[in-house]
Amino acid sequence: MSTSAGSNDSRLANGLERRTAMRLILEQRGDLLLVTGLGSTTYDAAAVTDDDRNFYLWGAMGAAAMIGLGLAIARPDRRVLVVTGDGEMLMGLGALATVAVQCPPNLAIAVFDNGHYGETGMQPSHTDLGVSLAGVAHSCGIARTYDIADEAGLAAFRGDLHQASETLFARVAIRADEPPRVLPSRDGVYLKTRFRRAIGAE
Amino acid sequence: MVGSATAPLSAPPDWRDQVFAALKAAAIRQVGYVPDAGQARLIELCRADPAICAVPLTSEEEGIGLAAGAWLGGQRAALLMQSSGVGNCINMLSLLKSGRFPLTMLVTMRGEWAEFNPWQVPMGTKTRAALELMDVLVYRVERAEEAAETVAAALDMTFNGGPPTAVLLSQRLIGAKVWVK
Repeated sequence: MSTSAGSNDSRLANGLERRTAMRLILEQRGDLLLVTGLGSTTYDAAAVTDDDRNFYLWGAMGAAAMIGLGLAIARPDRRVLVVTGDGEMLMGLGALATVAVQCPPNLAIAVFDNGHYGETGMQPSHTDLGVSLAGVAHSCGIARTYDIADEAGLAAFRGDLHQASETLFARVAIRADEPPRVLPSRDGVYLKTRFRRAIGAE
Repeated sequence: MVGSATAPLSAPPDWRDQVFAALKAAAIRQVGYVPDAGQARLIELCRADPAICAVPLTSEEEGIGLAAGAWLGGQRAALLMQSSGVGNCINMLSLLKSGRFPLTMLVTMRGEWAEFNPWQVPMGTKTRAALELMDVLVYRVERAEEAAETVAAALDMTFNGGPPTAVLLSQRLIGAKVWVK
């Protein structure tokens, strides 16, 4: 645990490369539905593949987990994965309590945690300053939490999220680097409509 | 706090039951809420209905995300809150605007009629303005007999492609909160 305002150097050096992590988590995707949070996780998903079943957030910071919850409740026949960043999750921490109470079996939340606000100049986030998101999720009542720091751990989580019988939460340690941005559409109506069409809701 | 406003499920229908019927008629399947005494019976009815997923929220803006997710999956959602909660929703309402997501909010008013707690007044007197600032279409109910039809009209408006809607249930309708029991 970091106790100063400085960066956690071991995480910066040893975390997963974020594009690799997104590619691994989406491998053998099947009919998985994906929601990504404002910022880098949206670019990561678009870099892997701009799938119609991706819903990217370009705003509404803190809402990614709740959108995943509403979607998972609406579509119990489909697996739903939320991938968001530590800053986005921190802004909506209460959602972890709300999700835990519902605990839909088809929902998984993965937080790509680089300990920094990558969009705004890499300021340290609370996770870099000692807050454990996996600990918060577990304390909220999400029994199956993962603290992932390598590709093997991520592969295990990916396998589990396709067959879990309760909500999963994973904190994924990510290196604090910024790969070239891959910008998908920013048109919310287009993204919504193509998603709904892709899953037969339109 | 909940007890005095809660009638047994077998009680004769009142406006709260009729509002619930309007939610059912509009095929609302997810209801996010932050508890308010004025909506206690409505929350109870939602929680008791197996076709509705009632989702208690830690803060009102969570309900905006819930509603967007529900709509992405093909379900309709509503959001129940007290007027103070509207202030918590302001930035999150941009999600509804940017994606043109439908949502009807039922807002019980505080700080406007025989209010015991002056801390409710600043947000209560700006609730309508705050919603309209974000282009939510606002209806207001003063009398019990108007409640269900107003809620039905708001639901129609938003789920037929219109803007997000809010129905303000006035504090006079709800009844002033009794503080000293």
